[in-house]
Amino acid sequence: MALTEKMASPQLYLRAQTRWRPSEIVFWLATLLPYVLFPNYLSLASQIAISALFALSLDLILGYAGIVSLGHAAFFGVGAYTAGLASKYGWGEPLTGLAMAALAAGIVGYATSFVICRFRHLALIMLTTGFGLLLAELANSLGWLTGGMDGLQGIHTWKLLGYFPFDLYGRTAYGYALAVLFVLFLFARRLIHSPFGLSLRGIRENFVRMPAIGAPSQSHMRTIYTIAAAIAGIAGALLAQTTETVSLDSLGFERSAEVVVMLVLGGAGRLYGGLVGAAVFMIARDQFSGIQPQYWYFWIGILLVAVVMFLPNGILGGLAKLTSRWSKS
Amino acid sequence: MLPPVFGVLFDGLAYGMLLFLLSVGQSVTLGMMNFINLAHCSFAMLGGYVTVALMSRYGWPFFATLPCAFVVAAVVSVAFERTFFRRVYRASELDQVLLTIGIVFISVAVAAYIFGTDQQPLQMPSYLRSSLTFLGLRFAVYRLILVGLAALITLALVLGIEYTRFGARIRAAVDNERMARGLGIDVDRTFAITFALGSGLAGLGGALAIEIIGLDPSFALTYLIYVLIVVSVGGLGSISGSLVAAIVLGISDVAGKYYIPQLGAFLIYLVMITLLMWRPLGLLGRR
Amino acid sequence: MNQPALATRGLAKSFGSLVVASDIEIELPRGVRYALIGPNGAGKTTLINLITGMLRPDAGSIVLDDADITALPPEQRVRRGLVRTYQINSLFPHLTALESVTLAVCERTRAASIWWRQLPAYGQEIDEAFGILSALNLAAVCQRPTRELAYGQQRLLEIALALATRPKVLLLDEPAAGVPREESKELFAAIAGLSRDITVLFIEHDMELVFRFATRVIVMVGGRVLVEGTPQEIASDPRVRAVYLGKALDKASAKGLEKLRYD
Repeated sequence: MALTEKMASPQLYLRAQTRWRPSEIVFWLATLLPYVLFPNYLSLASQIAISALFALSLDLILGYAGIVSLGHAAFFGVGAYTAGLASKYGWGEPLTGLAMAALAAGIVGYATSFVICRFRHLALIMLTTGFGLLLAELANSLGWLTGGMDGLQGIHTWKLLGYFPFDLYGRTAYGYALAVLFVLFLFARRLIHSPFGLSLRGIRENFVRMPAIGAPSQSHMRTIYTIAAAIAGIAGALLAQTTETVSLDSLGFERSAEVVVMLVLGGAGRLYGGLVGAAVFMIARDQFSGIQPQYWYFWIGILLVAVVMFLPNGILGGLAKLTSRWSKS
Repeated sequence: MLPPVFGVLFDGLAYGMLLFLLSVGQSVTLGMMNFINLAHCSFAMLGGYVTVALMSRYGWPFFATLPCAFVVAAVVSVAFERTFFRRVYRASELDQVLLTIGIVFISVAVAAYIFGTDQQPLQMPSYLRSSLTFLGLRFAVYRLILVGLAALITLALVLGIEYTRFGARIRAAVDNERMARGLGIDVDRTFAITFALGSGLAGLGGALAIEIIGLDPSFALTYLIYVLIVVSVGGLGSISGSLVAAIVLGISDVAGKYYIPQLGAFLIYLVMITLLMWRPLGLLGRR
Repeated sequence: MNQPALATRGLAKSFGSLVVASDIEIELPRGVRYALIGPNGAGKTTLINLITGMLRPDAGSIVLDDADITALPPEQRVRRGLVRTYQINSLFPHLTALESVTLAVCERTRAASIWWRQLPAYGQEIDEAFGILSALNLAAVCQRPTRELAYGQQRLLEIALALATRPKVLLLDEPAAGVPREESKELFAAIAGLSRDITVLFIEHDMELVFRFATRVIVMVGGRVLVEGTPQEIASDPRVRAVYLGKALDKASAKGLEKLRYD
């Protein structure tokens, strides 16, 4: 009798892990607030949603599989330019633009994954940085294609679903970006709670042990790297479509570094870390946008040092520690 | 008559030696403690600004400022090592990257605040700005002195590592930190001194670099990439590896910009990626 | 059916001038329990690393059943049933014991490549993982993160991970290492309870374990196999005693050797 009781509980326990928590529902309901509370800030809100999606894609490789990449913006940029070029040369339909961007970025991700996933530690960081810089140089040199320093001109995004035009207020843009973010979030959430997600966590927790239990780690890492690249590409395409511009800094090192900061700020490996970090970072930057760039660098630097020294698991990690301390007392 | 390619090679060599001075400290400390210090070039930048300040505000002659650049960079780096870096030796690579990048950003902002964002002009004595003609090619005196100075320092480093007791401790700690501790070597102290020396050399490199590549607050970030390329390609903990990598990189960069300017930095990154794929631990790396 | 489960032929490995393995020839018949003993530095763990593919040999071959696996990467050897445990626990600190073993099972059934179905749906894998944990008396703590388990429990989890892969040949690297006497009872029971279908080779310094569980003993010294035989033969072999008497032999081992000589 006790045996069947216990036999029921391991599955129930694992099922409980996948259930939606009340805080999550509150979070997603809150994302609708900008329509009501901050109608003048919808453009910023859509930028936050895009950065959140980008950070989520990085979380999949960095937070869950432990692949430290300082070149993730390469895929963001590939997606942005793909969607931008499609629109410039006559096809401005948003949803198919996303699909094309995902495909392009996914292909680049898949190809590079064969190299990237073979390395760890400093070599990995250098290789991802190198690929990112390489792609940025390439984009700069292929000025006839990318518009070079001036950026891509002539992008015009068609109406969403044939009905919602993209206006200056950003109403459609935010709804669009938020919807895409939510759908891909659901996808990521499902992935994390699958056996594949468990194997990714295994890779992050103990890389050496994985082959010893028969896991094809390289193959797992290549899969998640490709998926993360495709999602980053979608984020880039969203940027191109909602702002109707694409410039070189969508691929640059600053953007790669920025998204790492956002993710670490929020807390890597927690699915919501990228979203929270992106929101905090972008809002702070918007508030500070008046001051000179040097001072912005100063505060980001302080922030980074503070996060590493005092909040090693980001904001969400800090919150988790607080709540567990409260529940213990 | 020497063909112009020799001029290009010489300039590349000078640039490479400069990169070596900037990178060698990073390579040894990475090899010893596996600590990724992205703020390394901030100390180089500091050395450069020390030279600028001493020369323009106090009228010191150029060569007198060089030891100062070295010492100030070394001392400041030790201060940072004690307060911040110690805490992350055992942390993840990502944490080390983030902490040290944060310090780079802070240093860039502080430099911009104090010195402004423009390039720093230097009033060099005229003999340093002249050039010698040899076999039909003109060689800049400054670069000649740079190469000579860097060669002397390299020699001192190599001899020091091979023939002094301190050098033996460094080699032991790079080879196998745990074993070195077990043998009674004070690895922490060895590391602190090595770190200071490496940062001091970077500061010296920063001071020497002004005349060749200029100095502005973005120096700490721009040349960081080159330093990391030298270190990862040359191999962690290897002085000779850093030397070879730095010279190869210097020559590739100068030659690339001279012969195929459209490629820009593309070539460098491609070379780095290819070399790292072939030898992920660096050409002469041990870890 | 006379194929040995695992055999090595002429296995050799050097690091520069340091020879860590030289001309190793062993044959493990199916279902037999082998102990691998020898002084520290004899190359026992190196041999396991060579057999499992973590180290590439300079010469020689490894044959599992009747297939030459010398060129196979580690995870493929595991798929064929060649599995090891680690002397120092190599576990997944933040995963619960249940998650860890379920992961191993899922990797075996290739469920771990599936990213579109949720983990709770894999009832069979979860039940199997739970079964393995229960057999090792870890059912009560299976929902705790690995790093919260007692050391002895973690050692058992090491074995659970190995069992989840359904090994045919199991290499245990000092399974009792570091486990206090009070907690080792379960560990011994677990080792005794290993199915007779599994061929076991274990490295041990604890002579009590060796004489209790091993049918045959291989002695390694300085990267070479010194001698092989039953525990009794080994205990009375003068070469073995010479090797051990030259080192710091702990009393238990000496007593163990002596005891078996007069049994």
